[in-house]
Amino acid sequence: MLKQIEGSQAVAQAVALSRPEVISAYPITPQTHIVEDLGLMVKSGELSPCEFLLVESEFGALSACIGSSAAGARSYTATSSQGMLFMMEAVYNASGMGLPIVMTVGNRAIGAPINIWNDWSDSMSARDAGWIQLFVETNQEAVDVHIQAFRLAEELSMPVMVCMDGFILTHSYSQVDIPSQELVDSYLPPFQPRQVLDPLAPVSMGAMVGPEAFTEVRYLAHHKQRLALKLITEHADEFGRLTGRDSGGLLKEYDCAGKETVIVTMGSVIGTMKEVLAEMRAEGHSIGALTVRSFRPFPIEALQEALKDAKRVIVFEKSLAVGMGGILANDIRMATRGLHLTVHSVIGGLGGRPITRTNLRRMFEKGLNDQLNRIHFHDMRMDIVNRELDREKAQRRSGSAAENILSDVGLVAAAKTI
Amino acid sequence: MPQLPESKQKVKFYQTGTFTVGNRLLESDHRTVQATIDRSNSLDSGHRACQGCGEALGARFAIDAAMRATNNQLIAANATGCLEVFTTPYPETAWSIPWIHSLFGNASAVASGIAAALKVKGRSDVRVIAQGGDGGTTDIGFGCLSGTFDRNDDVLYICYNNQAYMNTGVQRSSATPAAARTATTQPVGEEPGNVFNTGKSVPLVAIAHQIPYVATASVHDLHDLELKVTKAMQIRGARYIEIFVPCPLGWGSLPGDTIKIARYAVECGMYPLIEGEYGEITAVTKIRRRVTVADYAKLQKRFAHVFKPENAYQLEQLQAIADRNIKRFDLVYREGDES
Repeated sequence: MLKQIEGSQAVAQAVALSRPEVISAYPITPQTHIVEDLGLMVKSGELSPCEFLLVESEFGALSACIGSSAAGARSYTATSSQGMLFMMEAVYNASGMGLPIVMTVGNRAIGAPINIWNDWSDSMSARDAGWIQLFVETNQEAVDVHIQAFRLAEELSMPVMVCMDGFILTHSYSQVDIPSQELVDSYLPPFQPRQVLDPLAPVSMGAMVGPEAFTEVRYLAHHKQRLALKLITEHADEFGRLTGRDSGGLLKEYDCAGKETVIVTMGSVIGTMKEVLAEMRAEGHSIGALTVRSFRPFPIEALQEALKDAKRVIVFEKSLAVGMGGILANDIRMATRGLHLTVHSVIGGLGGRPITRTNLRRMFEKGLNDQLNRIHFHDMRMDIVNRELDREKAQRRSGSAAENILSDVGLVAAAKTI
Repeated sequence: MPQLPESKQKVKFYQTGTFTVGNRLLESDHRTVQATIDRSNSLDSGHRACQGCGEALGARFAIDAAMRATNNQLIAANATGCLEVFTTPYPETAWSIPWIHSLFGNASAVASGIAAALKVKGRSDVRVIAQGGDGGTTDIGFGCLSGTFDRNDDVLYICYNNQAYMNTGVQRSSATPAAARTATTQPVGEEPGNVFNTGKSVPLVAIAHQIPYVATASVHDLHDLELKVTKAMQIRGARYIEIFVPCPLGWGSLPGDTIKIARYAVECGMYPLIEGEYGEITAVTKIRRRVTVADYAKLQKRFAHVFKPENAYQLEQLQAIADRNIKRFDLVYREGDES
């Protein structure tokens, strides 16, 4: 059914249609609306049977899901940013134990300095944790991929994160087709756990493993993620046949076949990019794009195929490995080894910095003219950076860089000019 | 047969000099769970606990009692720690009940999740226990524990309190008593051992959450421990039982003294046995024959420095803590009191 609806509400409805049995909730912006809506549905009886746990922290939220999933209940939670870091020990634990928990990540920056706006630092911090990470472009895709996520998680006994840009998706209203309960039920069978805590057949879960088996256990986690590549495609195709929509899967190409320059990115930013790229193609530039929808497992073979004719790849990402550079870019470089192409790493949109058609166009043109550095910080003002560096050189107690910069350029600075 | 080295301790088969009533003198339905042939052996033999481990003893009695009280419908979530390590190196397990270990600090949250799953599946006959040592309970697991209490989840949390992080090599926890030597509170400097006026009483914190049931127990009185666990399993909601479990390795005591030390801890007033319900202390175990803190401390090397003349003030301060407990909880036995 088509609804004009907030992204978080749409996700809540998709989760509810997936018949979760235990939901744990802890407030953190920008995912909070999702669990608020689910809480309302459980309390009103609309979502039943379901236990809604108001926990004391994100660490408790995921830990409760570990318990409920191990006891055989379909389990769901959501988090963002600092919350993801606070639960990180449990993030690794859930995947290590093969518990098919589904978690929404409303992607948000990590502090300090504290920042509630969107980038991918939170999901990226868990990229090696053994979870499947699926990034979505629109709220429609968020709805569809959540339903696919439960099926995927339970078939593989592996937890899945659905990563959606905070605020840009979670708080935006758009028209979304919410599938019917019948459709979801026909797609998503009831949860059959691989191992379960049951007094009739006692098992010990989560015991210690020494060096004699640890390598093989870790390899199997990796092996299962590689197997997931096939399942992610199959499940997306099956869902597509039921709904007529192209949601989920490994990659999404936006007119990139045979193009000299290909933009690679993830999440919602492609929405703005598509318009700029269409303009540029109309002007005769050979430029296309693709989004990585499955960041973990990373679709190496599919990327090689999609980028085989490209000469230049510009990876745009809202994440930074401090002291190293782009995270997605590095993975793309690894995946495209052996292809004769140049990979530019562009880092932008950090902490919610607006990504506009104008600044994208400027950056793409730089790329086409081979003027991008290997690591390029998108829409960053080097004069501001240099002013702070000078200040630090001149003065030992130069104070907080964030505070200084905002005194230079923020509202305080603006007020001084009045 | 090879010649065995002579034991440093005489093996004793009976406790003597206590007020314990022999099990065979009790009515059959009051006898200890361990005395029945249909005990569940939930924590079975073959595990790797040290000789004289109070925690293994406490866990065995507690879980078997809970099993009897729930008609064997029990699931346990275990915090990281000695109990987890000595019972379950894969592929071996000493547990004959469904058991899960997740992390050091989340046993109560995992148990809350299990309880939620059971509730949603209509399996309210299956009950849930979370268990951990004092480090996993009073320190790193404290937030989750308080959450379980706050929500009044149907979980019994059992803390095996041996007053330090034993699994990592005897470091101080917030349950370590004043003056005690640990690897991080060495008996050196101006105030040897653990500093005074620190630490917390989680049983009292639990009572402050106004949960249905809180109790402390000790492995010297296993019958009392069984009764408290049985009582706890007859109640729905969040419950907390803390069991005093001497650790010969960490305390520098003889394995054969575990029971005696546990008894002395209670009888000197250092470890009061109390019960609380819905925010009120409802019962205390009276001390029938009081011993001094010195009697208790001298059996343990972790307190050896308090017997040096220059540290006499520390022993006095410890005695003052015990005296305060006795006064505060009214632990003195009077003729006619229930013991």
